[in-house]
Amino acid sequence: MNPMQKQPSLLRRALSLPQARIGLVLTGVVVVLAVGGALFGSLLTGHDPTEFVGKPFHSDGAAGTDGLGRDVLTRFLAGGLTLLVYAVLATALGVVLGALLGMLAGYSGGWLDSVIMRGSDVLLSFPQLVFALLAIAMIGPKGWLLVLVIGITHAPRVARVARQSTVAVKDADFVRAARMYALPRRRILVGEVLPNITGPLMVELGLRLTYSIGYVASLSFLGLGIQPPTADWGLMINENRIALVVEPWGVLLPVVAIAVLTVGTNLITDSLASAAAGRGRTKEVPA
Amino acid sequence: MTTQVAVTHALVVDDLRVDTTGGQPVLRGVSYDIAPGEVLALVGESGSGKTTAGLAALGHFRRGLTPTGGTITATGHDGTPMPVLDLDDRARRALRGRTVAYIPQDPAASLNPALRIGRQIGEVLETHGYGASDDEREARVAEVLREVGLPGEEEYRRRYPHQLSGGQQQRVGIAMAFACRPGVVVLDEPTTGLDVTTQTLVLTTVARLTAEHATAALYITHDLAVVATIADRVTVLRGGEVVESGTVDEVLRSPAHAYTRELVDAVPHLDGPSTDGSDDTDSRDSRDSRDDTDGTAPDTRAVLSVRELSVSYGEHRVLHDVSLDVQAGECLMLLGESGSGKTTLSQCIAGLNDRHTGAVALSGHELARSTAARTAEQLRSVQYVFQSPYSSLNPRKTIAQSVELPLRTLTDLDRDQRRERVHTTLERVRLDPELGGRLPDQLSGGQRQRAAIARALVTTPDVLLCDEVTSALDVSVQATIIELLCELRAELGTAMLFVTHNIALARHVADRIAVLRGGEVVESGPVDDVLTAPSHEYTRQLLDNTPRM
Repeated sequence: MNPMQKQPSLLRRALSLPQARIGLVLTGVVVVLAVGGALFGSLLTGHDPTEFVGKPFHSDGAAGTDGLGRDVLTRFLAGGLTLLVYAVLATALGVVLGALLGMLAGYSGGWLDSVIMRGSDVLLSFPQLVFALLAIAMIGPKGWLLVLVIGITHAPRVARVARQSTVAVKDADFVRAARMYALPRRRILVGEVLPNITGPLMVELGLRLTYSIGYVASLSFLGLGIQPPTADWGLMINENRIALVVEPWGVLLPVVAIAVLTVGTNLITDSLASAAAGRGRTKEVPA
Repeated sequence: MTTQVAVTHALVVDDLRVDTTGGQPVLRGVSYDIAPGEVLALVGESGSGKTTAGLAALGHFRRGLTPTGGTITATGHDGTPMPVLDLDDRARRALRGRTVAYIPQDPAASLNPALRIGRQIGEVLETHGYGASDDEREARVAEVLREVGLPGEEEYRRRYPHQLSGGQQQRVGIAMAFACRPGVVVLDEPTTGLDVTTQTLVLTTVARLTAEHATAALYITHDLAVVATIADRVTVLRGGEVVESGTVDEVLRSPAHAYTRELVDAVPHLDGPSTDGSDDTDSRDSRDSRDDTDGTAPDTRAVLSVRELSVSYGEHRVLHDVSLDVQAGECLMLLGESGSGKTTLSQCIAGLNDRHTGAVALSGHELARSTAARTAEQLRSVQYVFQSPYSSLNPRKTIAQSVELPLRTLTDLDRDQRRERVHTTLERVRLDPELGGRLPDQLSGGQRQRAAIARALVTTPDVLLCDEVTSALDVSVQATIIELLCELRAELGTAMLFVTHNIALARHVADRIAVLRGGEVVESGPVDDVLTAPSHEYTRQLLDNTPRM
């Protein structure tokens, strides 16, 4: 059951590109900062993220204090993990849901295809952020809702890509052969189709992760995501923006972290895309 | 020597060396030359470097290839020798089309579907500044169309490529190449996708044009039968080196190199296998007396019988009342050109196409139209081998996994039994079971087709449907696959429906032939009868147009 993977996999080919390594380092730095900071941040700075340590907007400590007099560095270290976890969960939900629907639509064709794809067109017609705002305004800012809403708005975008790739593969001889051997649809999709569309799906995964980070941060910034007094990068930008000139760290630190993270994931995605396209070239078969 | 030939030769390639950018040699010092009016065939299998060596004459190298040595000299009708490799990009573009022209493999893909054909040919003339005025160029377009045997009228020139047949498209491609009266023409397997009848037409056109205009032609091909028809001299390439070179008679009749001999032996002959075919002949003789495809009552001995099978897509009738029988252990060749409906027929039998009327019966029991409605036992009994081994195996699954698939779905063998069966089947198709752990793209085309055949045989079917199983493979590989199928049939007694467009394979594989044309069986009978005394005009035409060595 374990194939001898002699031909370099998509991931390995992507990682041989220099931009992928840069992306990996950037992403890695922010992830380590967010995870490590959430676990050991308080020990390092000696403060609690919600503890009042001094006067508001004062340069006490390494990065000063925020509007309520809490330590900015401590809050920065503590504020990345929720953002990251929410973004990853939302991405996973969106990609899994989208891939399933897209593959089902592309493979089945007919009315099921129309229902799924027209349904997702309707969803696509809402701007992603507006849809999230609507749901949160109705139900309230809850973590699970954030993940669910962002995940669901990702799904139709992933579904389009998955459907297109599935359509390209579904009439390949090896899929027809599997159909001839009466393999159930579920197993054709998982065993025959899915392994052959991982390239575009990986690209989509990276792209959606980048977007998720942006959305979670924006919603928190707007006060609709993670709620105070919890420390969060998006929220911190909002809380500290009035004092940008006086005490810039409270804004700069989370902004730089979010920017580095999105640029990093984007670089990885780009190299995945070019590695996938490279595979398309070499797969060409002489007639 | 080079200085002397440059005068009398339109194209001289001397000690050409080409490497990949990674430093792997692709051509290791290839030399050939062509005199005006002469046709040189460049022969070799996939990967031999024949296309690289041929396209080098245009100063073109595929991405990732760089010339590292040697010279190429092309001489047009104006008599100035051009050192192709030393020219810059601009001069090379001017050279192409004017001094050296190219005729590509796929006629449909090489024409712009949005432009009228007259305009497309005219463009070539314009680009190269041929003629002084539009009228003069237009006259030349009409003239060159007539030269390739197409009507040169205004009405015809205003047609779009999709309004032409494949053979006509290819001739438009030839007209484009000959439009500027080039000194050298490079033909890259220009008849590979064409039917034999059209192929003959195209070959005669090329032969006539090169002779009339004293144009040197370089014909890149793997088909030795075509070489025998058109070429004056042959250069055989293998692994980037010239192994043999000489006139067609010398090389094809008395090959000096072992590799050439191998290639020549691998070419299927209408007259039958060149090696031993004794067991084939025996089984054929015993069945000579029967010719029952026209009978409407199902033959009780038939493993597979098809009755009045019809397929229509809207108005278009693909198959019309086709009836045929395959006896146990027999091989029926279903012969037809592209568009005859032969693949549709075999897919209807396999259950891959459920849009047909009529009946398909397996040992007297009617089969459901779609595979979904057939029982596991029926699915096990009828197996289908796809045309191209490049697409019939899942590129992400190992060979063993692919071969095991039908066992998992159609039988209730446990894991160890399945593994055992896969192992023996791989051995049976002469594939090292060690290769079972590899992915398809780590195997050669021939090995892949063996794996695909193994997948079809692993369930020990009663009927094996082979759909053009050799057409995607090199000649020598084709020969080994045919040999394998014959041996397997003798070993296992599996009945076979062998679908092909190549009548030359008939005596190598089949007991009986059914000739399909435009969705109807026009002739059927034992191989010897059909080949020696064809009763239908169409079969005679096919036989006449099949190139022989």
